[in-house]
Amino acid sequence: MKPAGRRVVNVIMAWLTALAAGAVILPLLMIFGFLLFQGASAVNVDFYTHLPKPVGEDGGGMANAIVGSLVLVGMAAGIGLPIGILGGVYLAESRDRRLPWVVRFLADVLNGVPSIVVGIFAYTLVVLPMRRFSAFAGAVALAVIMLPIVVRTSEEIVRLVPSSLREAALALGIPEWKVVLRVVLPTARAGIITGVMVAVARVAGETAPLLFTAFGNRFWHQRLDQPIAALPLQILAYAIAPYDDWHRQAWAGALVLIGMVFVVSLAARLATRGRFSGVR
Amino acid sequence: MIDGIRVSALNAWFNGVHVLHGIDLTMAPKAVTAIIGPSGCGKSTFIRCLNRMHEVVPGATVSGTVLVEGENLYAAGVDPVQVRRRIGMVFQRPNPFPTMSVFDNVAAGLRLAGVRRRADLQEAVERALRQAALWDEVKDQLDKSGVSLSGGQQQRLCIARALAVEPTVLLMDEPCSALDPIATARIEELILELRSALTIVIVTHNMQQAARVSEATGFFLMGEMVEFGVTRALFTNPRDKRTEDYITGRFG
Repeated sequence: MKPAGRRVVNVIMAWLTALAAGAVILPLLMIFGFLLFQGASAVNVDFYTHLPKPVGEDGGGMANAIVGSLVLVGMAAGIGLPIGILGGVYLAESRDRRLPWVVRFLADVLNGVPSIVVGIFAYTLVVLPMRRFSAFAGAVALAVIMLPIVVRTSEEIVRLVPSSLREAALALGIPEWKVVLRVVLPTARAGIITGVMVAVARVAGETAPLLFTAFGNRFWHQRLDQPIAALPLQILAYAIAPYDDWHRQAWAGALVLIGMVFVVSLAARLATRGRFSGVR
Repeated sequence: MIDGIRVSALNAWFNGVHVLHGIDLTMAPKAVTAIIGPSGCGKSTFIRCLNRMHEVVPGATVSGTVLVEGENLYAAGVDPVQVRRRIGMVFQRPNPFPTMSVFDNVAAGLRLAGVRRRADLQEAVERALRQAALWDEVKDQLDKSGVSLSGGQQQRLCIARALAVEPTVLLMDEPCSALDPIATARIEELILELRSALTIVIVTHNMQQAARVSEATGFFLMGEMVEFGVTRALFTNPRDKRTEDYITGRFG
């Protein structure tokens, strides 16, 4: 190809890739803009501090659902993260070939299971034996959805830690478990947190698995073995109701949900920031 | 000579492939022994057998005996972790821990072995950094990241890290191959200084380096030790035709 032709192709391709990169963030910007436009007017102090009002009364808020979502995601993370991160470390560090291969494959399958099916699973496993819908059942469903994401990203990141660092630590006469705990995991920390945040963001917005586990609740939850409100459930209930005021509140709920995910991600990143960077 | 390293009938395999064939060799204490040979001759594998790092690679196996200060590293019941505390290692590429400061890098071995007292750690870190001829350059930046140093400084940091746990033997696996000539010269000076305190084994594919720093040299070829002797004699008057071919640059 002649130099002039090559230069033209170069410019065109450079613009195409820039355009594609822009197209990636465009949906997010549009969603955010739309939510602000539709829901910002309904986000006020009452929204954060009040229970939903009965049908026909204006105002009220989603305080119980905001707290409910935090409780559900917090419990799910409490169950899912330790198992997921430790499992990922095993997959990356194990010398065995067969079991990790099987676990990896099944984790990918689990990742592809529709979330409503995970809800049915939690229903059968927790709700039926306990004979009631509960926050705990919802947390189990969300934890199951988190697991494959956390396992696979933790594994990938731990694998990225150069083997030269492991060898350096082993050669100092440090036992292998301490090498993993004190050298490998700190080096992988930033990347693992990214995976954790992806998982948290994913389950924070899940609706289907909560339908017949956490169930929803128009009041404050009293105990964790009873139904609990969650923002996605509340958004669903309000969005399909025939009242304009509820529609506005549904938009506001979606806006608050995104804001919560954003704040939690940012806080986790700042709180766990190491002094020096490892693998991202 | 019970203090040195006595290797006998040492064989090593990777996944069944025989890479070291019956090595017999005695290395003097508080002296520098160089191992030379072309790439793939088994010299790195050999040195990794001396602190039980070979077996860290999946599928790697060893047979034979390695006596260090009279104790067989491969005897039943010997803990490789304890072996590696006594026999330090420096690798081809500088590999400081990226999440740790200069200080924490040097203190890592002691800290992870349970040393807690700040004063003890400070003393050990300063001693190791002085021994590695790095103290004057980094004493004001002990809090900076270990990977922010230059390549040559990073390698001396790794030497300090190995020295901090007070090993009696230091293994160096091509420690200068990723460094420029000036940094290389500093490491070689350092080796000559450390010789009085430690038994040093250095693998190098740089024959001039072997001639400059070592008292004894072993020449490896295709997993066998072709010749071993006093460095000057091996380079000026090799007994084996293959050694002569190699050091005169006829192959490799």
